[in-house]
Amino acid sequence: MLCFETKKNTLTVRLSGELDHSAAKDIRRELDALIVQTDARKLVFDLKGLDFMDSSGIGLVIGRYKLMKRRGGSVAVSGTDAHIDQIFKMAGLYQLVERLA
Amino acid sequence: MSVINEMRLEFTATSENEAFARLAVSGFMLPLDPTMEELADVKTAVSEAVTNAIIHAYAGKPGMVHMSAAYDGTGELTIQIVDHGCGIVDVQRARQPFFTTSDSEERSGMGFTVMESFMDGVDVTSVPGEGTTVRMSKRILLRDDAFPQQA
Repeated sequence: MLCFETKKNTLTVRLSGELDHSAAKDIRRELDALIVQTDARKLVFDLKGLDFMDSSGIGLVIGRYKLMKRRGGSVAVSGTDAHIDQIFKMAGLYQLVERLA
Repeated sequence: MSVINEMRLEFTATSENEAFARLAVSGFMLPLDPTMEELADVKTAVSEAVTNAIIHAYAGKPGMVHMSAAYDGTGELTIQIVDHGCGIVDVQRARQPFFTTSDSEERSGMGFTVMESFMDGVDVTSVPGEGTTVRMSKRILLRDDAFPQQA
């Protein structure tokens, strides 16, 4: 599940439920359309509402990082719990995207 | 390992069943009274292994994923995930972080790394053209009032 809000040039996307390979396919499609449509400079993933995430989350965030970089923008994540942090750190994700509190 | 509980499941290799596999394993291990963290570790590792079977081994072709799990009275949990898909030519290489054969699906190549980080042991055997078996184990720390009794 995905809901979003835009403030100035920032697109904040709140994910809830379970983020696995199956869910990532749909989120990716929806999110890429939103990025183009809003022409956001900054994309923030709010992951507080996630009940589960596997390595599909890494692919989703890195994929959007590449897209935002091409468009001259950046990506941040917020609301990560210890489990999600551990998965992101394995992939060195915080070298690419900012981690907000 | 003196098994006191075991289960076997077979399901279609379709991505909807990733969630089913995770839920089935969490339900099975509930008598061990795992912590939220242990539960999340096992669910994540199972999700990675089952996703690999669905998107890499079968790659959209019809097939079945076989999952079994068992635990003993000490809380040693073992999970096996078997497919009869394309197999892995170089298992050692496939286990390297960031190795992926799937560009279009945006896979991170971190599946095996995640399994290794969250489980105590991960063993992968594969025969190209025949399929892959992933065996994982994790010791669930038993609390005083936990259900399983030494058989």
